Amino acid sequence: MTDPIIRFVVIPLIQTVVILLVLLGIVAYLTLAERKVLAWMQVRIGPNRVGPRGLLQPIADVFKLFAKEDLTPARAERFVFLLAPILIFVPSFLVWAVIPFGETFTVAGFPITPFIADINIAILFVLGVSSIAIYGIILGGWASNNKFSLMGGLRSAAQLVSYEVPLGFAVVSVLLMSGTLSLVGIVEAQRDAGIWFFLPGILGFGIYFICGVAETNRNPFDLPEAESELVGGFHTEYSGMKFAFFFLAEYMNMLVVSSLAVILFFGGWLPPFPNLLAGLWQSSLLSWIPPFIWYLIKVMAFIFVYIWFRGTFPRYRFDQLMAVGWKWLLPLSLANVLLVGVGVLVLKG
Amino acid sequence: MSNHTPPSLFDVEEMELSFGPQHPATHGVLRVQLKLDGEKIVDAKPIIGYLHRGTEKLFETMPFPQCIPHTDRMDYVAAATNNQGFCVAMEKLLGITIPPRAAYIRMMLAELQRLASHLVWLATHAIDIGAITPFFYTFRERDAILDLFEEYCGARLTLNTMKIGGVPFDLPAGWVERCSALVDGFPAHIDEYEELLTNNRIWKKRTIGIGVVSPEDAIDWGLTGPPLRGSGVQWDIRKVFPYDRYNEIDFEIPIGRNGDTYDRYLVRMVEMRQSVRILRQCLDRLPEGPVIAKVPKVLRARDGMVYGSVEAPKGELGYFIVTTDKATEPYRCRVRPPSFVNLQLLPDMVRGHLVADLVAVIGTLDIVLGEIDR
Repeated sequence: MTDPIIRFVVIPLIQTVVILLVLLGIVAYLTLAERKVLAWMQVRIGPNRVGPRGLLQPIADVFKLFAKEDLTPARAERFVFLLAPILIFVPSFLVWAVIPFGETFTVAGFPITPFIADINIAILFVLGVSSIAIYGIILGGWASNNKFSLMGGLRSAAQLVSYEVPLGFAVVSVLLMSGTLSLVGIVEAQRDAGIWFFLPGILGFGIYFICGVAETNRNPFDLPEAESELVGGFHTEYSGMKFAFFFLAEYMNMLVVSSLAVILFFGGWLPPFPNLLAGLWQSSLLSWIPPFIWYLIKVMAFIFVYIWFRGTFPRYRFDQLMAVGWKWLLPLSLANVLLVGVGVLVLKG
Repeated sequence: MSNHTPPSLFDVEEMELSFGPQHPATHGVLRVQLKLDGEKIVDAKPIIGYLHRGTEKLFETMPFPQCIPHTDRMDYVAAATNNQGFCVAMEKLLGITIPPRAAYIRMMLAELQRLASHLVWLATHAIDIGAITPFFYTFRERDAILDLFEEYCGARLTLNTMKIGGVPFDLPAGWVERCSALVDGFPAHIDEYEELLTNNRIWKKRTIGIGVVSPEDAIDWGLTGPPLRGSGVQWDIRKVFPYDRYNEIDFEIPIGRNGDTYDRYLVRMVEMRQSVRILRQCLDRLPEGPVIAKVPKVLRARDGMVYGSVEAPKGELGYFIVTTDKATEPYRCRVRPPSFVNLQLLPDMVRGHLVADLVAVIGTLDIVLGEIDR
């Protein structure tokens, strides 16, 4: 085979397949992790019947969801009802095209990147693509022809739109520090600066993570699917694999938000304490651990925080959620942009 | 220009929503017919009767002692106090005085039941507002209480644990020690729940100022139990009309100030601590002696009527029993269930609030459909 074919066709294909499979595996086991961790917080055992210590539970779940009857309510809008899970599922996978996991390495003379593409507007791509998922929620809630679903859909439309604004501004503060929109570039900027951006941008990080939790519809902002109020929210009427798509997308979005938090604020795949260990860097144990593992550890720490939230907090009310978003987070994020901007101006001249 | 109203951009109309009877937050089979303006509640109408079992009619067909198992099934999370109410009313009618040991055992069972019932309330109330973890903590302790019940009378839920004239059994060996251990450990568990909720900002935001009931309204609508005390009215049947031996026990009645959901939450939390205090005193002073008064094998009433009531976990539980001469069964037995009376105020409490507040208010009223529908 010629060099360009391998470089531009074979390697990207392998990359895509590997990343997709690994992601699916991680998401499947996230469901188990959530159930187990939550169980330990709640003096329970959690799933322990399928396989040793319940380790095969996700596989059993997948088979169950495939085998379930796929119901469509009699008066549902059939096409839109089918479209909604796709609209929510596809973007959550699509954003992984630009999320980097590590540094480029070489195999048999070919450079392999642990990401599919490094585009110069990666962060815009992520924000833009993940916004498409809102349509899935609204349309799913509307097409079900169920009042509870409709209310869930309306709630999440309002919630996602209003929390995307402070989230965007929180990201802007990082862009000011890094000077690039490329996710790889942002991590490299943190390596060059010798400091992770969460230290100078602690306020931005707080705003980003709160908005991230709201964007993924997780506790304490899980209003669109508030079980005790709206039964199942926008996915009340969904069953079988269609429901599984919503479910997978939720976990995938948790991964995306955590990954972005790691990349934007916690140095991506870089080992910790870059400035402290700069001297003994190459020989230390920390750099011996592969970058991808560092990345995974950081992401999982965020996932744990997600589960911790779920075990601890009650749920906000709809109007309170809006008040938090517009009255607190938005002004704070604007002030943060100003603060960081002035800081960058002073330090970099 | 004519003075007709311009066509509005959007057609705004109210949405009718049937909330229940099959809904995760309506605690059984309550159905609330909602009129919604967006998420705002314009009107709410509770519709009941899905769990009607004709209990009051059944009472008329069976001898007095056989009525007691049927009282279990009314407020099925607080069976012991249901038994107690019926027995107290019947003893008043027949003029029976129960032995002191029986009275103390009854009080212990009733207070354990109050703890168990309040734990169920806390669990479901918290889960309605979105906090799932307290549910598992409270059910752990509730299980320990139910173990004590099981040891005493063999049942965990529908206890059938009292008889007219006393209690059916003496306490099994070691029960007092095990109960004592549970009582001593309980305040620490209450601290644990409070740690998760009492000062939680979201919990406070969701409960303070929600479903406010003024003391006047509370009295006018006949509220009893924690919903009445949450509005700041000091009224507890155990204090004002003491039954069994509550007059010998030292305890306080907590009251709230604002009459909102948060105050009712605090009242119930303090009530649990007071129940622990009552249990401690009962265990320390438990007298010796028989556990049942001398009552004839076949109970025959005279012409008369009686109203006997007890402070059930949810409020005043009263039995109004009418009997004819030499009858072995009630001519009529009307039950005054606290949940039924407390539920009346639901529409006033939620009007103008949001749907999310409806579940908080249903939770704070602590209703059980078994005793509402009977």
